[in-house]
Parts: sequence; C-alpha cells; structure tokens
Amino acid sequence: MDAEIMNLLAIAITITIGTVGPAIAIGTIGSNAVKGISRNPEAASKIQTSMILAIAFAEALGIYALVVALILKFVE
Amino acid sequence: MLEIVIKAEEIFKIGSYVVTNSIILSFLVFLVLSVTAVILKNKIKLIPGTFQSIFELIIEFLLGLMDSILGDRKKSEKYLPLIATIFLFILASNWLGLLPGVGSFVMHTEHTTIPVLRSPASDLNFTLMLAILAVFATNFFGIVVLGFFKHIGKFLNFSNPINFFVGILEFLSEISRIISFSFRLFGNVFAGEVLLTIIFFLTPYVVPIPFLFLELFFGAIQALIFAMLTVVFLASHTASHEANDH
Repeated sequence: MDAEIMNLLAIAITITIGTVGPAIAIGTIGSNAVKGISRNPEAASKIQTSMILAIAFAEALGIYALVVALILKFVE
Repeated sequence: MLEIVIKAEEIFKIGSYVVTNSIILSFLVFLVLSVTAVILKNKIKLIPGTFQSIFELIIEFLLGLMDSILGDRKKSEKYLPLIATIFLFILASNWLGLLPGVGSFVMHTEHTTIPVLRSPASDLNFTLMLAILAVFATNFFGIVVLGFFKHIGKFLNFSNPINFFVGILEFLSEISRIISFSFRLFGNVFAGEVLLTIIFFLTPYVVPIPFLFLELFFGAIQALIFAMLTVVFLASHTASHEANDH
C-alpha cells in the first residue's frame, strides 16, 4: 500500500473513531443532567450551567480528532 | 471550487509583516466594535433606546453568568472587561465571518485564487492568541489576588513528593488549557467554513440556509463557552481560602 492510500484510510478512521467517545460522553452528561433536574427542579439553572461546561470539555475532544483529520487531508 | 487551506493566505506585506486575509477581517471586526462602543458612549441615556438596550442585555447576561460561577457581584464587575472583550470579539468575528463577501471576493495571483476575507477564528494564530491571553490573564489575576508566592506555591509545592508531582501536573494542565482553548475554537470555526464552502459549491440557492443558521448558532455557542471557561478558571485561581476577604 502506498502512502496516499494509507493517508486516506487514516483520515477516515481518525474522524470515525474519534467522534464515538465524545458522542457517548455528551449523551451520558445530558441524560444525567436531565435526571438531576427532574429530581430537583429548583436547581435547574445550576445544573444547566455545569452541564454546558462539561459538554464543552467533552466536545473539545471530538474537535481534536477533527483537527487531526483536517491536517492529514489539507497539509501534505 | 476554492482551495481549502489551513494556513491563512497572504494578501500583501507591510515591510516584513505579512497581512493575511484573516487579519484583514479581524481588523474590520475591531473597527466595527470600536465604532459601536464610541457611538454608545456618546449617546448614552438614562432611559435606554433599542440599540443601548441590546448591549445592556448582553452585559446583564454576562454579569449573571459570572455571578453564578464567581458568587460575588463585585468580583464579576472587576473581571467583566476581560470576559466581555473575549466574548464580544469572538462573537463579532464569528458572525461577521458569515457575511456574503467573506470567501467569495477573490484575488488572482500567479498560481491560485485566494479569498480576500476569511473568518478570523479559522486562523490558528487568532485562537492561539486568545487562548494565551486568557490563560495568562487568569494566572495574572491569581497573582494579584493571592500574592506571588502563594500562586507559585500551587505549582512548586515542596512539602512532600506527592504534592510536588501534583504541582507539576497542575502546570501541565495550564499548558493543556492553552491547547484545548485554541483548538476548540479553531476546529469549530474551520470545520464550519469547510462545510459552508462545500455546501455553497454544491447548491448555492436555498439549501445553505439551515447550514448558515447552524453556523450562527455554533459561533455564538463557541464565544460563550470560551468566555465561560475563562471565568471558571479565573474562579479556581482567585479562590481565596480566608474566611473574611473584602
């Protein structure tokens, strides 16, 4: 296999596997936040702020995978 | 279709300083924000009109956000200039980067055609600058509030070997914050630009509308997240452990 084929494969695999982890993480964070709000509706705004913060951290990891894939594609 | 490059393309040079297309648009963003600020200051009224009310809304929203994280209105007002600058600058550059001229006005050089304007945050230099500014500012405010030796004492802790190791890890986590701040904003905006370039190339009419809404939404969210994360790290650095502090 020459380098170009490996490059294309690497791009595809990076972005495919790289978004699985953050997807699961964001789903878990969201569902636990909703459960927390349903148990204690008065704390809704605090839970919401923490949820948004945690989702930002989790999403950043997916963005790292995207940036690696973009660099592989657009920089020789 | 226009070439998609990660590095911002050079338009002209002033001496040996390269002016790229993202620098041109970020300068325009700076002009827009400055002119808005001067107009608001000259026409400030006790009972605000519509224009002033929008900005009062934004400031109140930011102050409320900072209150919920910092816990004290005085602290929020003290750190509001930094946070509001970060938020408004990123918001304005993301939204102005969606205007119709960006990416479509091109100039032809010998080898390629390059767009004259490009979303500022799609240039890694811009996001890296903001990330370094945010991390250095939080550490600086930590030094101002806690005193130099107490702040450094978090990173160089010689009391026992475990604490020393934890201090090194804290220092590494500061560095990783710079990287994560810059790549989060860069990845979101650059991916949005690539998406819009491809969609506008495939179907220029009607279909891009939901994608433009997506980019509006994500641009605002990324500005908010950058500002909010800066507040959180500011809170953790300036948390003083004495019971009575004014």
